[in-house]
Amino acid sequence: MSPPVPVPRFGHGSRVPGWDEAVDLTKPPATIPDPATTPVPQELRDVIEAAMAKYPDRRSAAIPALHAAQEVHGWCSPEAIDQVATVMQVTPAYLTSVATFYDMLETRPRPKHHDVYVCTNISCSLRGADHFFDAMVGAAAEHPDVHVSSFECLGACDIAPMASVDGEYVGPLTTDDAARIVDDLRAGRPVLEHKQLRYRRCADPGVAEGAEEFAPPEPDVPRADTAGLGPGGDTLDRPGPTAPIEIPVDEAGAGNQAGAGNETHEDDE
Amino acid sequence: MKLLFDGIDEPGLNTLPVYERRGGYQALRKALTMTPDEVLSNITESSLRGRGGAGFRMGQKASFLPHGDMEKYLVCNADESEPGTFKDRELMQKSPHMLIEGIAIASYAAEINRAFIYIRGEYSHQADILEAAIAEAEQAGYLGQRILGSAHDLNLVLHRGAGAYICGEETGLLDSLEGKRGNPRLKPPFPAIEGLYHGPTLINNVETLATVPTIIRLGGAEYAKIGTETSTGTKVVSVSGDVQRPGNYEIELGIPSRVLIYDLAGGPPEGREVKFWFPGGSSAPVLTKDDLDLPYDFDSMAKAGSMLGSGAIIVVDDSHTVLEVALKLAKFYAHESCGKCVPCREGTNWTVKMLRRIQSGEATPMDLDLMASVQTQIIGNCLCVLGDAMAMPIGSMIEKFRDELEAEIEAARERAATGELEDVIALGVADEHAGPLPVH
Repeated sequence: MSPPVPVPRFGHGSRVPGWDEAVDLTKPPATIPDPATTPVPQELRDVIEAAMAKYPDRRSAAIPALHAAQEVHGWCSPEAIDQVATVMQVTPAYLTSVATFYDMLETRPRPKHHDVYVCTNISCSLRGADHFFDAMVGAAAEHPDVHVSSFECLGACDIAPMASVDGEYVGPLTTDDAARIVDDLRAGRPVLEHKQLRYRRCADPGVAEGAEEFAPPEPDVPRADTAGLGPGGDTLDRPGPTAPIEIPVDEAGAGNQAGAGNETHEDDE
Repeated sequence: MKLLFDGIDEPGLNTLPVYERRGGYQALRKALTMTPDEVLSNITESSLRGRGGAGFRMGQKASFLPHGDMEKYLVCNADESEPGTFKDRELMQKSPHMLIEGIAIASYAAEINRAFIYIRGEYSHQADILEAAIAEAEQAGYLGQRILGSAHDLNLVLHRGAGAYICGEETGLLDSLEGKRGNPRLKPPFPAIEGLYHGPTLINNVETLATVPTIIRLGGAEYAKIGTETSTGTKVVSVSGDVQRPGNYEIELGIPSRVLIYDLAGGPPEGREVKFWFPGGSSAPVLTKDDLDLPYDFDSMAKAGSMLGSGAIIVVDDSHTVLEVALKLAKFYAHESCGKCVPCREGTNWTVKMLRRIQSGEATPMDLDLMASVQTQIIGNCLCVLGDAMAMPIGSMIEKFRDELEAEIEAARERAATGELEDVIALGVADEHAGPLPVH
């Protein structure tokens, strides 16, 4: 047997770096912060109180509340957690336990920036997600405001390899798309519009055949995306993997309705 | 036959006017003219099996809920995180009202007045669509107080998660919905007796609930004629991986798997062939190309030693190694293990380390036995099945592809001896993308 290799150790003999970073072991545990000394932005307070009102138990609002605080502060900072704790009347420790559990709640400082989550799970990696991830990291290397991370299955294996760019699903991606994503983000444009999932048709060929209302082919008829929530100004349909399903003349109304839904949604925002 | 996907690509189907024009909410009207028990017996007669993974009969589950006046809850599990599964995403995005109608009918059948949809945080687009649809349905009187003039009330709330695979497990989901870390609970008591806020809770998958309006429309007995005797109805199957046309396909249960993989999804790219496939998401034991002619239904998959699971087929062709897929899989489960039960927390992490050892040429064929024994020690020894979900496919890979893995071990040892694998060895057990394995 070869001699044992020395194992790097951190404070208190732990092999895990940073295990005691979050706490000061000499301090007494924090209690619910005093509302008088913890100012909370009114908007944040309103969001949290509205969330709490939806549930029989106010603690159910922990995730929505932390999400809202993260929007304001950029991450779940101690200050953000104190503010949520004040409004929800729970201890900061309780909220910290929640914030550290979930992947979408950030517990480390970071500036406000664009998030690119690249799925590197099985279905995507079978189709080259790891190459795309490397290309994406390379493309974003000089742009500190574009934050690239690999993510577990995002539930869009039909457009593998794919990524979620600020919540917008795009795919299938090639390594050339990496630079495009960075360009689009920096220009403030919708990202890779022609590859967005929201415009994609159902792959099942039976959907086109079975729906008698989608009858005679009528090219050049503009249609909204099936969700009716497309980015402003864009009403063109992007065909999915099946033969395009065309909209009959008397169905044009439906397309308009979807367009109308689009506008309403934007008004809501 | 298209039941869930009937006209799903129609523009604006996510809005109420289009959905109503296509006959939407007629099933709810019909259900409200029946007694709750009649609705429930229709669901029971249909033999609808849960579409989330376990395949438990929905009618039976709903009948476990105690009767009487008390706080009962319905939770729709829309935390679709099983790798390879994306059926619920398409249903919620394109036809959210079908889900809402299903929830309204199911809550009436089980006499429930409060319902939640727990949607994974990454599905923000789908959550926006659902939120808009819920508001529309409330406006039109399909939700809220005294639905359509009946005595039934239903308050439906959409709850967004924040990214954790374990919250797809029903008791982990309940903890997360209560605002805690998503740790699974000890069962029994099952959620039907003591679930959300300690009240009796009915938990069903999106697709299961979205099927309910169809059952009421056709009648339970009529619905049971579709599919096979023990796997009734249609199922939306997500096919992904090495196929030419990945996507969601709605099929009648019991069709040959080959039809699904080759005729519908186009099979692997030219010149390659299927090496193995996961019939029910990444948690299902793998099947090989010899199993392609099996009928795709719950019982045939179980008989072949695997499971239908969430109905997600991942195809792997012969251009990929078993080791590469096994490592991806193990890393995923190691990352997502909540850390509550030791066999899962340690087993998943050690499996990753052992697979890495194969890659870096430090393993011997004995390691395969060790790894297989770790898998058997995980199965059945934890509160939830997350550990099992890794142990089952990894165990089946070792069993079915032992020769290939042994050859891989040998080849890596030879390369390591020439100093070729310094980089791989230096990586150790670290994840090349995400830094060291997270310690929760």
